[in-house]
Amino acid sequence: MAELILRLHIEGKSFNEGLGELPVLGQIDIALGGREIVALVGPSGCGKTTLLRIIGGLDTDFRGTIDWCGAVVPRIGTVFQEPRLLPWRTVRQNLLLAQQTANPELADALLHALDLTPFSNVFPATLSLGMARRVAIARALAIDPQLVLLDEPFVSLDPAMAARSRELVLNAWRARPTAALLVTHDHAEAAALADRILQLGERPTRVLHEITVAQKRRGPTGSI
Amino acid sequence: MGSVLVFLLAWQIAARLADSRLLPTVTSVLGAMLQQTISGALPWNLAITLGRVAAAFTISMLLGSALGIAMGRWRQLDLLLDSAVTVLLNLPALVVIVLLYVWFGLNEIAAIAAVALNKLPTTAVTLREGARALDPALAEMAESFHMSRWRKLRHVTLPQLAPYFFAASRSGLALIWKIVLVVELLGRSNGVGFEIQIFFQLFDVKLILAYTFAFILVVQMIEWAVLQPMERWATRWRS
Repeated sequence: MAELILRLHIEGKSFNEGLGELPVLGQIDIALGGREIVALVGPSGCGKTTLLRIIGGLDTDFRGTIDWCGAVVPRIGTVFQEPRLLPWRTVRQNLLLAQQTANPELADALLHALDLTPFSNVFPATLSLGMARRVAIARALAIDPQLVLLDEPFVSLDPAMAARSRELVLNAWRARPTAALLVTHDHAEAAALADRILQLGERPTRVLHEITVAQKRRGPTGSI
Repeated sequence: MGSVLVFLLAWQIAARLADSRLLPTVTSVLGAMLQQTISGALPWNLAITLGRVAAAFTISMLLGSALGIAMGRWRQLDLLLDSAVTVLLNLPALVVIVLLYVWFGLNEIAAIAAVALNKLPTTAVTLREGARALDPALAEMAESFHMSRWRKLRHVTLPQLAPYFFAASRSGLALIWKIVLVVELLGRSNGVGFEIQIFFQLFDVKLILAYTFAFILVVQMIEWAVLQPMERWATRWRS
């Protein structure tokens, strides 16, 4: 494993809604290396998305600590379950607006890597779901992230489109490797993409077991 | 457009049959418009009224939008001001105009304030609905990418409010110009409303209609040439 960038220690996380306290996460410890892809696999509603939101800084109401291993909070690119593109901005503008420092070359290179160049200047309403999801992935990568959070990025795509999207994302990752946490229901998808798979249990969620995958996807294939 | 032509034709025939100065023909009204335009009286009074419409429109849209967005975003403020906005919504325009003239005198500021105050609550209510409908998922996306406040406002929030803003603008323009005429009739010494009052005292229906239609034409031009193209541009992503 490359040098660690994240040590996450969660003691618990609950939601307080109507009928009282609902414990979602139990004790969870996750360590993540700099260029490592870790898949979080578990049943629906077990708190996978909540876990990503905590790491992404969108949910701070939990017991535990996030240790960025002595560094400042890294640049985190989030891919939400729904693409969440700005419908009134073009595909390319969606990427550029996510960047703190303008880097149009990187945005264009990512659009090319994800097979989206012909759609750079169209509005998201004209894209298929698969393309919109790829734009959301390109947007997350366009900020040159040190960590990418992917929340079921290929869900509800047909198998061929999902496979094609995975392949394109892997190409982009190979050219510009970064740490990634991938939430998925799909064990085959996790095995195809991740270095490690963390199997999560029912609420309050804990890591039931960890599987290390011998990946053959490494190696440079061009650059972005 | 066809319905307008049919209406004008029916009016012309009816006026010919009636043969009364209380119902002038379309052609005589057009002639009066032309004569008033050449004399300069119509353009002068139109310009004055349009200036008042523009001032009242700008003030009511700015303040009403700010108030509505704030009420839509902050529940406590909404609870605090909801009743006041409802009262303003239901207050007859005439009462607001008369009160402001009585309190602040028959001057330009009172006139424009009275018009703006009449439009402000409807703008606030429309924009409040827009602010309530803002998509939290997009706000969260913007937060996750650490977008600056300005970038978030310009690229995430305002485009979502645009349809509400245009709805308020179009209904606002229609409402404001009508109220401006009343304000001019009651307390100003120029403008289309003032002139219509003079023509009313002379029972000169031809000139009343000439000024009215000239003003409708101008407002319709603003709608066609400014508001509709702006709205089409702002919503072009929907196609």
